[in-house]
Amino acid sequence: MKGPDLLVQNTDRMATRVGQAFVGTRAVFRGHDLHADLRHMDWLELYVFGITGRRFSEPQVRLLHAMWVCTSYPDARLWNNRVAALSASTRSTPALGISAALAISEATIYGGHPFVSSIDFLIRARQRVDAGEALREVVAQALSAGRIYGYGRPIAAIDERLPWLTGIAQQLGLADGPHHGIALEVEALLVARDPKLRMNYAALMSALCADLGFTPAQMHHFQVPVFLAGMSPCFVEAAERAPGTVFPLSCAHIDYHGPAKRDWPTPISKASRERP
Amino acid sequence: MSPDLPTQRVHTRIWLEEPEPDNDFATRAAFCAGYDVYGQMLGRTRWAEMLYLLLRGEAPTWAQADLLEALSVALANPGPRDPAVHAAMGAGVGGSTPASALVAALAVGAGQSTGAREVWASMGMFASCGTSPGAWEKALSRPEPTPAGVWPQPTAGDHPAGFEAHGTRTGGIVLRTLDVLASMSPSHCLPWLRDNRESIERVAGRPVSMAGVAAAAFTDLGFTPDEGEMLHLLLRLPGAAAHALEQREVGHKNFPFFALDLQDDPRGAA
Repeated sequence: MKGPDLLVQNTDRMATRVGQAFVGTRAVFRGHDLHADLRHMDWLELYVFGITGRRFSEPQVRLLHAMWVCTSYPDARLWNNRVAALSASTRSTPALGISAALAISEATIYGGHPFVSSIDFLIRARQRVDAGEALREVVAQALSAGRIYGYGRPIAAIDERLPWLTGIAQQLGLADGPHHGIALEVEALLVARDPKLRMNYAALMSALCADLGFTPAQMHHFQVPVFLAGMSPCFVEAAERAPGTVFPLSCAHIDYHGPAKRDWPTPISKASRERP
Repeated sequence: MSPDLPTQRVHTRIWLEEPEPDNDFATRAAFCAGYDVYGQMLGRTRWAEMLYLLLRGEAPTWAQADLLEALSVALANPGPRDPAVHAAMGAGVGGSTPASALVAALAVGAGQSTGAREVWASMGMFASCGTSPGAWEKALSRPEPTPAGVWPQPTAGDHPAGFEAHGTRTGGIVLRTLDVLASMSPSHCLPWLRDNRESIERVAGRPVSMAGVAAAAFTDLGFTPDEGEMLHLLLRLPGAAAHALEQREVGHKNFPFFALDLQDDPRGAA
């Protein structure tokens, strides 16, 4: 269907399978009564059920929890956390500060893009390896088209989160999936080219999520609040400080290297509309 | 106060601030790309000129400022039917913070369909195809695949950037905007789009959209796709602000709530 007919067909009503609030009586969440059936559900389990429509086992939910816990850094210097802290410092609101901090976490050199790109690469790599291609070739092709996200880190080459999350995955019996195996092999191939290209958190989390059956789109949603627990403390503490005292910038903090001072080119006359 | 410079500094080609003599955190004078903003520009410079200066680092010609100002008027209010303004009105009726209304408008107005990302993509096509009909025909018939990332992958049947998703003919306000802006353009894309609109629409199978006209205008003004994307986000906010404030007064009882057809109600068909 093309043109406005598709819009006409969808005015005022929308078919849905995800749920509905029957305000005053009940709520439905993906085919279940939220209160009668799901009220005891772990919040994160409910979150991934909402994203995927699938139920996860107790060990799987514990692993998903650990993914968020191990990267919750209440460090106000980090760019996303700094947004939360600056919001508090200007006496803005928590919702504005935290939602903006989450929004900027959908970044290129950390957060959203590496997570999505990494799981997409690992899923495709596994499919190609299963079809008989050598992983070395898959990696070489990916490198020729650009970089492979999930390896290397902007501030430090070592990612201190990996042994902790890997340990939890091993304890839970969830560390031996095929995507995690591929991710480790890719690391070995990349480190042989450049020692700085160690696996980072995006690749590990993406590999473990791929082994739980996440698609790239599902991974994209799952990782949105991954840094959230570190943001709120930054906001809370900044709100306790005097206004404007979170990393204030003086004039001397501005390193200007643009054009020298010059006169604004006022038009010779308005009628001419030309500048001198 | 220590005369030593801080070790952590913001590096910029845009902005210089000179402090008051007794307080390095109070600004005595500010210069944008070398121009004295409060000493020379204020009161003599138009908003469009300031926008251009901030992003391009040079004063616009008068014709460029005129075109940017006209484009700003065309984009100022997408109207309450637009998804971005619709989102902002949702903030208004709920009594949400004013900033959240603009955040909502930015989030929705950022997208690849009618939003700023569509303008970015359309500017990319103007950059690669220019005014070559053959290049446009090739680009529209064989869209480049995009790598996985935070933006959704195009799917079969998606409209090409700069064209209406559901249109049957070029909208009157789009045509009027294209005509006016093309007559003011100091460059090539807008006049080319005006003169070749019908043929390019035949290739695309869809009418040109306001996003496509905006993309041509930003290109003619010398903006990069990233700059055009940012300006499109910015220039459509006035309407979102006005409609959010209006709906706060109108109230939620007079705002559409719509109906759902729940497909999997555990109690059976609704």
